[in-house]
Amino acid sequence: MNIVLRLAWRNLWRQPRRTWLTTGAMVFSNTLLVFMISLQFGMYELMIDNTLQVFTGHMQVQAPGYKDDQKMRQSVPEILPLAARLREDFGLDTIAARGWAFGLASSDERSYGIGIFGVEPDYEPGVSSIPGLVNEGRFLESHDETGIVIGAVLARNLRVGIGDELTLLGSGRDGSFAAAVVDVVGIFESGIPDIDRNFAEMPLGLFQDVFYMDGAGHQVVVSAATIDAAELLAPRVAASLPADSELVVHDWDALQPGLKQAIQADMSSAFFMYGILVILVAFSVLNTQLMSVLERTHEFGIVMSLGLRPGRLGRLVMLETALMGLMGFVIGAITGTIFTTWFTVNGLSIPGMEEMAAMFNLPARIYPEATFGTAIAGPLIVYAFTLLAAVYPALRLHRLHPVEAMRVI
Amino acid sequence: MRMTPVLSRLAWRYLWRNHRRTIIMLSAIAVGSWAMIFMTALSRGMVDQMIRDGISVLPGHVQVHDPEFLNDPSVANRITIPDRELAASFDTAGFRAWASRVKVPAVVSSERESRGVTLLGIDPAAEREFSFVSYDDVEGRFLEGPGDNGVVIGRKLADKLETDVGKRIVLMSQDPNNEIADRGFRVVGLFEASMPSFEESYVFVGKTTAQKMLRIGDATTEIVFLGDDYRDVEPTYERVIAAVDSGLDVRRWHEIDTYLGTMLRVMDGFVLIWVIVIFLALSFGLVNTLVMAVFERVREIGLMLALGMKPTSILAQILIESMLLLATGLVIGDVLAVLTIQPLQDGIDISVVAEGMEMMGASSVLYPKLYLNDVVLANVVVLILGFLASLSPAWRASRYEPVEAITKVG
Repeated sequence: MNIVLRLAWRNLWRQPRRTWLTTGAMVFSNTLLVFMISLQFGMYELMIDNTLQVFTGHMQVQAPGYKDDQKMRQSVPEILPLAARLREDFGLDTIAARGWAFGLASSDERSYGIGIFGVEPDYEPGVSSIPGLVNEGRFLESHDETGIVIGAVLARNLRVGIGDELTLLGSGRDGSFAAAVVDVVGIFESGIPDIDRNFAEMPLGLFQDVFYMDGAGHQVVVSAATIDAAELLAPRVAASLPADSELVVHDWDALQPGLKQAIQADMSSAFFMYGILVILVAFSVLNTQLMSVLERTHEFGIVMSLGLRPGRLGRLVMLETALMGLMGFVIGAITGTIFTTWFTVNGLSIPGMEEMAAMFNLPARIYPEATFGTAIAGPLIVYAFTLLAAVYPALRLHRLHPVEAMRVI
Repeated sequence: MRMTPVLSRLAWRYLWRNHRRTIIMLSAIAVGSWAMIFMTALSRGMVDQMIRDGISVLPGHVQVHDPEFLNDPSVANRITIPDRELAASFDTAGFRAWASRVKVPAVVSSERESRGVTLLGIDPAAEREFSFVSYDDVEGRFLEGPGDNGVVIGRKLADKLETDVGKRIVLMSQDPNNEIADRGFRVVGLFEASMPSFEESYVFVGKTTAQKMLRIGDATTEIVFLGDDYRDVEPTYERVIAAVDSGLDVRRWHEIDTYLGTMLRVMDGFVLIWVIVIFLALSFGLVNTLVMAVFERVREIGLMLALGMKPTSILAQILIESMLLLATGLVIGDVLAVLTIQPLQDGIDISVVAEGMEMMGASSVLYPKLYLNDVVLANVVVLILGFLASLSPAWRASRYEPVEAITKVG
């Protein structure tokens, strides 16, 4: 082993208690950082996936302005052939056309205003989780002529079950009065009351008839295999749209601007907290290294008068810090990963948080997972600040005069 | 106890013998306590605002409905006690404000579009104190009385319906027999709200107009009460329970909007956890400082013991030293926190993430809220835990064998 390295290592253990306490501060912060960062990014991913898979998909083809106003006449003409062509062009089944309208749904006893989707029964399961959540009756089939699938809360409020009739009233694309009688064929339950209370789905063909859509719809939903793949796919979808149409492609971020912003807001407050933790560790290191330099003034005076340059002593102090920091890094990253893994297996649930979780489409029990990135990101930053904190004590050595220093006891 | 003044002075001087170390430790404590209080004030401010916004649409700290209404918000589940009787029992009970209203889901249509909304049939005079709409800022005018024939809708909704002040819209809901109840209204005013979603989901009409449209006589669907403080609704709740018919369902706001209720509880937990985490990060440095301080003066401690100072006095002296260090750091941190929060009182504009905040149910201006309770909590927790963390180094210092300590070479 290199002599300087050996010297630095031995110097650390001259005051084992102090070294352990300082390392302890790092281990504590690192453990916490690994856990928090793993949890945080795991939650963001879940939040995005769970939110997008309900209705939004990764991107949608819409008429210009539809995203903000959702007016009936901001429609995509000949939507079924368009969706079919896109499916063929990209070899993807996860592309489906939809229409959306607002209407009053009435049963024998109750009437409620709801959002009605017209969907392609064969392709909707590829872009939305709703078809899979039908737990009573069945999802729509392409030959359904009068079928509708509604949310569980809505079914309860309307007091209807499978096979019952509903009357729909609304306004068509041209503003005229639209009405239809449909049969409930399925009831879905997502567990999110707002969705279960406010939505219904019917076949797009029927939807187009009822609301005088004349072959048009409102959105072609496209889902890719992953979010990253979606990013590459979006410009290709945009390029494949007919050149003379005004249609636009919106990615999920544009469709759900709140999602990314909620994440950003959460991240900035989290980063403030992490920053404070890191600064506190840096103070701890600064204190320790400054003390260890001051303690050794006498000794440093002697070696300097023997010809050792302050720069080399400074490097020695930095090396000591680097070694101590490395211990904190390794132990912290390991304990952090172990700690997180415990929750990966057992899951984390905070009592009373269910409502908050549901607000962001999160399950009540979360399984954070430490990845290589989340396990070293926090410790790396702590390490950088540890080294930074030792710069001042190391530089102080340059001000040392060998003779005066030797006199200090 | 007699020794305390001497020991304190001794402790204070010891602190400044190594002023660099003390200053670094003080900075750490100050930054830590500043962060505790600052972060807490920001989060409190956000939750406060969320709850205030949330309660303002609910509204009312305590609400009374028909037992079935919350599950099945239909006029079939209405409250049939006429206002005259309500007034007789409530006006004497001394509520800050109360109102009865008609609140039902409805569909609003213009010649262009249809949307789902919540129809509120109100007596504008009775709700002035509750409302999230400031009557005077309405474009056009607000409702003038319970019999007003106009409708006031949000600006966002007006844009989507392509309607405007002076134009007509149709509201559709159901009457108690499930016949479609609809009526044309002239838009008389457009309101703006702190949360865009409010502007899209609520429409205001006169109470008696709504009752006529829904064919429910003088019945209403909810009675709302305002107490003095949303954090403490129990007194209001008790009085409402005493005043209303036992067949009705009386609820506190946090039982109706469980998300907001949870938010408030989670915040309390968060504050405590945050304070403890910061303290733990600080504690390593604190113990380290004390260990160093003791280590440096082992010989002095030995001498004092040899001269007859009691071990308890040594223990007390180290503890006082630690407490003085913490208290000084806390004071600096507290002052810093107040100084940094003061200029932010007018609100921090975070509208870059407005839609994200709305998803959380918060508005896009953040008003930090400094509560004395939180400041006290942070300081007390740090002092108590700091005391406990100092016990071990102090104990060890007081256990030195005088002769060994004196002869120890530093």
